[in-house]
Amino acid sequence: MATKRLGFIIRGLPYKTEASRLAMTHAIASQSVEIYLEDGDMVEPVVCFVGDGVLNCLKNQQAMKHYGITSLEQHIKNSLLLDLKVLICKEDIERLGIKEASLIMDAEDIGGETKAQIVPYSEIQKEMESVDHLLLS
Amino acid sequence: MGKLTIGCFSSLVGSLSLDFAVKLSEAAVKKGHTVDLWLSGNATMLSKKGQKAFKDYSHLQKPIQELFTTGSFQMTACEACAEARGYHKEDTMEGCKRFSMDWYLASCFSADRVLHIGGD
Repeated sequence: MATKRLGFIIRGLPYKTEASRLAMTHAIASQSVEIYLEDGDMVEPVVCFVGDGVLNCLKNQQAMKHYGITSLEQHIKNSLLLDLKVLICKEDIERLGIKEASLIMDAEDIGGETKAQIVPYSEIQKEMESVDHLLLS
Repeated sequence: MGKLTIGCFSSLVGSLSLDFAVKLSEAAVKKGHTVDLWLSGNATMLSKKGQKAFKDYSHLQKPIQELFTTGSFQMTACEACAEARGYHKEDTMEGCKRFSMDWYLASCFSADRVLHIGGD
């Protein structure tokens, strides 16, 4: 029985490329990974938004209206609904002048209890050092 | 010997990231390691059969087919990413598997090292 922690580090802008969406969907796929693993083995993802990647976390995204696709906001909320650890870099939101009120911090509207956390980069670095595998997007 | 899992999101021909992933796979297999190559997003294009060789473009079908013969290499494409791009099961190169994203996470679970090449 073992748990492997995977760190998904999202650095890219939302919608410019598919990278941040794929990082989110791969992290969410941890919910069904057991079918390929031995009993008791688990994969635990942690999702960190750094650099321009923090812009993925803005509220009120209108991707369905403009592109006809699900929003990154919905994926972040689904991650929180599934109790994934979501970290947002404090220095980067300050650099971009983004207030906490503008960010997706919870998924209460869909029944989620876990909240996203705004943390200093040093904490994200600790997370990157502690995971078994790092997946940079 | 170890197991290397490589995940790639970058497109065939449009970038050289897949070329790098395949060359790294060749080197690892040659050293006696096993390699899982996961193709997601635009990288699923590498799983398509019928790729033609031109001197101006990368041609990765041949080295991939050679890697399959070693028995130490498997390549799997994200099924949803492929379907979204119109690559169906019948379009898939012989030897290449198609699964959902959880397959990649399971491969990461048992890997000694993971190299994830995201984006284009």
